[in-house]
Amino acid sequence: MADMNPADTNPANTGLAEKFRTMDYGVAPEDSSLSLAWLDQFKRRFGHFIGGAWMAPAQGQYFETSDPSTGDKIADIAQGSAADVDAAVKAARAALQGWQALTPHARARFLYALARQVQKHSRRLSVLETIDNGKPIRESRDIDIPLVARHFYYHAGWAQLLGQEFPGYQACGVVGQIIPWNFPLLMLAWKIAPALAAGNTVVLKPAEFTPLTALAFAELCLEVGLPPGVVNIVTGDGATGQALVVHPDVDKIAFTGSTEVGRAIRRATADSHKKLSLELGGKSPFVVFEDADLDSAVEGLVDGIWLNQGQVCCAGSRLLMQESIAAPLSRKLQARMGALRVGPPLDKTTDIGAIVARVQLERIEGLVAQGVAEGASCWQPDIPLPSRGLYYKPTLFTNVHPTSVVAQQEIFGPVLAAMTFRTPAEAVELANNTAYGLAASVWSESVNVALQVASRIKAGVVWVNSTNLFDAASGFGGYRESGFGREGGREGLREYLEPVWFRKAPLLARSAPHDSGPGAAAGPLADATAGREGGSLDGRPIDRTVKLYIGGKQVRPDSGYSIECRGSKGVLLGEVPLGNRKDIRNAVEAAGRAQQWSSATAHNRAQVLYYLAENLSQRAQEIVTRMAAAVGRRQASRELKLSVERLFSYAAWADKYEGTVHSPPFRNISLAMNEALGTVGVVCPESAPLLGFLSMVLPLVAAGNCVVAVPSAAYPLIAGDLYQVFETSDVPGGVINMVTGRPLELMKVLAEHDDVDALWCYGDEGLCATAKRLSAGNLKQVWTNEGLQIDFFSECYGEGRWYLDHAHQVKNIWVPYGE
Amino acid sequence: MNTGVPLDLDWIDGVRVNTSAVERRTTTLTARRTVKKDWQVAWLLRAITCMDLTTLSGDDTEERVRRLCAKARHPVSNDVRESLRIQDFPVQVAAVCVYHLFVETARRALEGTNIRVAAVSTGFPTGLNAFEERLAEIRRSVDAGAHEIDVVITRSHVFEGHWQRLYDEIAAFKQACGAAHCKVILGTGDLATLRNVARASWVAMMAGADFIKTSTGKESVNATLPVGLVMARAIREYSERTGMAVGFKPAGGIRTAKQSLEWLTLMKEELGQGWLEPDLFRFGASSMLGDIERQLAFHGSGRYSASYHHPLA
Repeated sequence: MADMNPADTNPANTGLAEKFRTMDYGVAPEDSSLSLAWLDQFKRRFGHFIGGAWMAPAQGQYFETSDPSTGDKIADIAQGSAADVDAAVKAARAALQGWQALTPHARARFLYALARQVQKHSRRLSVLETIDNGKPIRESRDIDIPLVARHFYYHAGWAQLLGQEFPGYQACGVVGQIIPWNFPLLMLAWKIAPALAAGNTVVLKPAEFTPLTALAFAELCLEVGLPPGVVNIVTGDGATGQALVVHPDVDKIAFTGSTEVGRAIRRATADSHKKLSLELGGKSPFVVFEDADLDSAVEGLVDGIWLNQGQVCCAGSRLLMQESIAAPLSRKLQARMGALRVGPPLDKTTDIGAIVARVQLERIEGLVAQGVAEGASCWQPDIPLPSRGLYYKPTLFTNVHPTSVVAQQEIFGPVLAAMTFRTPAEAVELANNTAYGLAASVWSESVNVALQVASRIKAGVVWVNSTNLFDAASGFGGYRESGFGREGGREGLREYLEPVWFRKAPLLARSAPHDSGPGAAAGPLADATAGREGGSLDGRPIDRTVKLYIGGKQVRPDSGYSIECRGSKGVLLGEVPLGNRKDIRNAVEAAGRAQQWSSATAHNRAQVLYYLAENLSQRAQEIVTRMAAAVGRRQASRELKLSVERLFSYAAWADKYEGTVHSPPFRNISLAMNEALGTVGVVCPESAPLLGFLSMVLPLVAAGNCVVAVPSAAYPLIAGDLYQVFETSDVPGGVINMVTGRPLELMKVLAEHDDVDALWCYGDEGLCATAKRLSAGNLKQVWTNEGLQIDFFSECYGEGRWYLDHAHQVKNIWVPYGE
Repeated sequence: MNTGVPLDLDWIDGVRVNTSAVERRTTTLTARRTVKKDWQVAWLLRAITCMDLTTLSGDDTEERVRRLCAKARHPVSNDVRESLRIQDFPVQVAAVCVYHLFVETARRALEGTNIRVAAVSTGFPTGLNAFEERLAEIRRSVDAGAHEIDVVITRSHVFEGHWQRLYDEIAAFKQACGAAHCKVILGTGDLATLRNVARASWVAMMAGADFIKTSTGKESVNATLPVGLVMARAIREYSERTGMAVGFKPAGGIRTAKQSLEWLTLMKEELGQGWLEPDLFRFGASSMLGDIERQLAFHGSGRYSASYHHPLA
């Protein structure tokens, strides 16, 4: 109970009678004086935190950060220049060796100390977050900061166990991290904790609108004695972030923010070896079935779309209601919205605080106006707004259709768009009718309906009968254009690790100019008859026509052209179709139609792979004989032998690469399911035409993906042998498609194809860079050999978990339970 | 005033309660709302006016009941009232709740006040007496001058899904109450699941309950916020469907001033202003009053108070 000065009470206390009558909540402001005093210690002017010390910006420029609820300036913040970023990267690089030389236990102690320090200063951090961002103090106090502490505790554990749990892996090195303004300190924790636990050093750029808690965190680093340079904070705007992204001495970029910027970062890092993880936007569905607890679903929406003023990447912004309950649910929702309190963020009874910045408020207003102009019905409750500051009323759009702008675009504000559906299948269809795939919420009292729908929705997180639950142990991240990579959990840590051998692998020799491709080395005008043996038909096998393999059928190429395939001594071995963009298009469509492969049982997929091994083995001799002309008899035999083994390996893995059940710190299980990516384009290595092909395709197929593969450019004839094996081994049509032709040309079509979910590209540095750059369109995840040579003949390097990790994406399905 | 409606089994079948989500709502609700300073004083005074000051012990005596009634008339001591400058502010509890044996005693002790006398009845707390005896019990208490009768339901009807029997039982209780208010105790601790609580709430309201009440105070688990939320939501839905307002009374285990504020917040958020008045909301409590008084004393003096400074109930 709060302290009260008796003098506050009115003499006659008529005010009390009035309060007794109205039963209003009154005002309950959080006292911010101690936090403001902390700012004053810095004279309200902050430099960068580089190499364990505060540094004035090289160019001497500062910008203001302000309180969105009042517009008042809070402090001056250093504007980071390329020079500042460079200094920070140098500091991080300098600190790397020492940090990695520490024992895992020593690093664990630092992370543990940071967790403790966050807890000790939790209220200061909460208040700073609230005044800088505008979010209600209840949220920063009860949600953000406790999750920050939990994240550091959890990762202190990973730091301790790193060597035992990730043998053969090492840190990426210097990591550049760029975080958004909606959960400033929480996003910092999601970035810094796993990076440090894995042994990286970091340069972090907080958002321009909300730098304060990152700076407060820098002080915590000093207080726990973190070695200088392990954590560096450079403040600034987009240009500062850009400088960090393009800095040549950064080994990995982790970004959370808009899809648009994510795309730019994908392109900007394509030419480098920088590892990349992106956590981007969303337009997450909130699906309510007729058998849901409707009152609870309404509260779910309050937590889903009105948390943090709706400025949440995983906000449940698309309400999908089963038709039979749409009316009562809307009525309940409107009544509930009327009880929401929009007000000063520091007031403890505020539900919806201030919008972070004017530009964001204007964006919300603009999108809402567009929605109204399109004919959607806009409803807002009759509740008061503070007279000054950046506030926006909770808003409900009905009469919305999938075509509406408010149903498609991420608004990042307290705006909900409601639509209806008739059946569970239609709910899934509507839920997935978006470029994003970050999160979803599913409400039903039927475990069958809820889990079925949860498994069908394409999103990294699905909350059953709940929403916006987070825990450090459960990975968070999206499908589709919501980005790639996960934060939290084992899979989140993996983003900051790499196999030790990989970066030591030799560079692959640059192959012939890419646009020439196989056979073209000889050129169309070269002696077309070279290598063709004349003479009688006697003794010659019947002419063999290798075709493309699409949708389980051998098909002729759209182009009507073939290209030659020549052996090591220039001997013509045969011809393969010259595939083009239409063939790729057809193959992707065929793969799309074969997606039920992902819901086949793991046992079934394993059976198919074993059967493949059986049939490959049957044809060993003829395949080896033909391939020997290209790679030599010895390699051909080895490839075949190891290919059979590899098939056994992935048949074995198919039902053993299983998910996890997390136990977050409340009554809930979250099922971390390893799901297939979808349709994956594969550009196979030139060398090892058979083993290389299978080494890349098999983990994907074992995981339930459908593949459009471009076989070895050196010996594409292998396709002809492979599809005969596929056809006899019950591989469903469309699961593995093969298009021969010029790898660069075909890869470009795959990279740019929006219905291709991921691209695995093996080639020289140029090919890999192009793959990454062109994939920015739908932000498909691209996995390349970074131009390095991978020894597929080695069991250590050529198969196993590393491949399977990339062949899956983790979906966390949260299932609270209890009766 | 709830006249009841014919039993509609569709309403029972339509009950959906997600326990985890309900718990989440009650956990966050109490963190989303708070009242401080003068507002807190006002709310605590309001809590007192919604209180059924209760004694239901095997060792109750007439003198004990008279002492309780005296406290009911003067729930806040004069010095505290003076320090808060609310001497002229009328503050008394809503009712005194006793066993039938003490209805007469209480009625006399409360003469000249608006404080109502409530009697627990129908084989309280288990409700397993013969049906006719339970009805007779109600009539006797009404005849003795009780304004309100707190009846208990036969919990087995809920477990067995005998909604018609439950409905008939409560309708009979209601009829026996006549002009007295019929407050139906669901025994939520015994019902065990929130779904059962919701179903029993619906049957009680359809059968004409003026109030639905959580517990007897004798079960191992008494009034919890999740149970309260489920009952409040049922009351809201019933009101929307029938236009009739049913009151709510959490009872048992409510001991602190802070809890009283949480319950009032729950009412305000889920049911609205009407359910902050004693005609639609009551606390069943005894020791809570002492804690509220200590908090009020603190607000008046700025010093933390000791319980021995406040007259016993």
